[in-house]
Amino acid sequence: MSFVSDTAKVFVRESRPTLYDPFTPVFSLVQPLVFLGLLGPLVAAMPTIPGESPWQWFVPGIVVMVALFGTAMTGSNLQYEMTTGSHERILVSPLNRSAILVGKALKEIAPLVVQAAVIVLVMLPFGFTLYPIGAIIGLAILAILGVGIGALSYALALVSKGKEWLFWGVQQSLLFPLLILSGMMLPLEQGPSWMQAIAKANPLTYIVEAERALFSGDYSFTVVGPGIAAAAGTAVVGLAVGILTIRRDTD
Amino acid sequence: MIHTRGLARDYREKKEIVTAVKGIDIDVEPGELVAFLGPNGAGKSTTLRMLTTLLRPTRGTATVVGHDVHTHAREIRGKIGYIGQGNGAGHNHRIRDELVDHGRFYGLSTKESKRRAGQLLENFGLASQAKRAIGSLSGGQRRRVDIAMGMMHEPELLFLDEPSTGLDPQNRVNLAEEIARLRTELGMTVFLTTHYLEEADQLAERVLIIDGGEVIAEGKPAELKATLAGDRIRLGFADELAAKAAAVFVGEHLPTARETTVDNNVLTTAVDNGEATLPKLLRGMDSVDIEVRTASVRLPTLDDVFLSLTGRTLRDADQSTQAEGSQA
Repeated sequence: MSFVSDTAKVFVRESRPTLYDPFTPVFSLVQPLVFLGLLGPLVAAMPTIPGESPWQWFVPGIVVMVALFGTAMTGSNLQYEMTTGSHERILVSPLNRSAILVGKALKEIAPLVVQAAVIVLVMLPFGFTLYPIGAIIGLAILAILGVGIGALSYALALVSKGKEWLFWGVQQSLLFPLLILSGMMLPLEQGPSWMQAIAKANPLTYIVEAERALFSGDYSFTVVGPGIAAAAGTAVVGLAVGILTIRRDTD
Repeated sequence: MIHTRGLARDYREKKEIVTAVKGIDIDVEPGELVAFLGPNGAGKSTTLRMLTTLLRPTRGTATVVGHDVHTHAREIRGKIGYIGQGNGAGHNHRIRDELVDHGRFYGLSTKESKRRAGQLLENFGLASQAKRAIGSLSGGQRRRVDIAMGMMHEPELLFLDEPSTGLDPQNRVNLAEEIARLRTELGMTVFLTTHYLEEADQLAERVLIIDGGEVIAEGKPAELKATLAGDRIRLGFADELAAKAAAVFVGEHLPTARETTVDNNVLTTAVDNGEATLPKLLRGMDSVDIEVRTASVRLPTLDDVFLSLTGRTLRDADQSTQAEGSQA
């Protein structure tokens, strides 16, 4: 019970600066919009993209990317709070340790709803069809993924305390390969077999595929199920690693 | 309120184990105001971090507000307040929000949290700034926000790590008043670290002096000064020769004198009951034809206590630890 209320308290605190300045999440949309505008037409021109419209394939990938990059920033904000001392102040408080992790990760997820809405609105004139129920389920799966990624990012920041380069080095060298090897941007069906093999082991692949199905109004469990499992698995692993790290850090 | 036995903390630096705190025993009773005095790197902050559950002790036991730090960290966290050396308030956040949210972290209702935030903003002269972001404040203002935050939930036991660093004299007075108010109104116990002698002297009822990871003395400031330091007598002479002759005289005739030093033509020594001793000493020197040109008695400070105990002043100790590049 204290977990839920503590998470809410952390989330409220974390969200306040964004509420006062609601345009910040919109500004962080520049990168995905560049991908949509410059990479999208190239992908759309590929004959191998399945489905009714190439945008039905491409847009969900961009939404996953926004979720991934947004929540992977959790640790970066934490690094700042660690150097100023405000993280220490929160650790001394009686807040539930997992609630600190989850509250911070959720704060990075909340703007995702706004961002996804903007992306969808921008793409509607280009022949993208919105399936609201699918989109809502899709965003819920991304929220679960985000808790996991956020917690992992938090743990990484704790481990690389005082060594900012380590955080960025690990973060960047993991994020981009994960992104490409999930077929988020470009289809992997024509890629070499080693790429396909890695993609099969990458949990993100299943999430991306589930999102594509959901954003096209396809709710078949054989595609959505593995996506939910992959997101839940990431959340469990992320929280476990995060809580262990937070405990070890106060050792 | 705080009881530790053999509390110690090791850390690893370049594959070597360094002991920052070497097994200390502390007893603080409810309602006390205790200062932890020592140079930088003495182990003050490390001890504080162990007592506030931020750092797990390597050895020894510690009970804080009736709970074991090893097994009941969460119960302790709910009952203590901690104002660290850093900036507890988030730079992107607004002052009032941080105070209110901080109160809610400790289980206050939103209404109560807002009420107390308003009161503390008033007490610390921050009411007109309530909507400003912490990052836009001056260092002194930030410090006040942190102190206000630490008092939001009116903890039974408040830890302050170097509280007056960055505060101007007026706000030091405000801080002292606020601490005094909390103690009389709520019976709050306060445990603070400082390397400012004046602060320890003025604020604390009891001082623990720590050096090299060990508590080397403890007691009321007045007691420590009386028993450990003695009154400082300072005599001026025509030249160094006369001063040295006087030092010999002091050594032979003043059994309570200690730490007698000669610097050029000036002799300083520590004695018991200095005001009564000085006239006798002057008459004695007169009788052996040592001409004393100037004479003064000064009551000892805590720095003199530290000097008597360690052979160096707090300021010297601070500088030497900085030169070694070590930190607490």
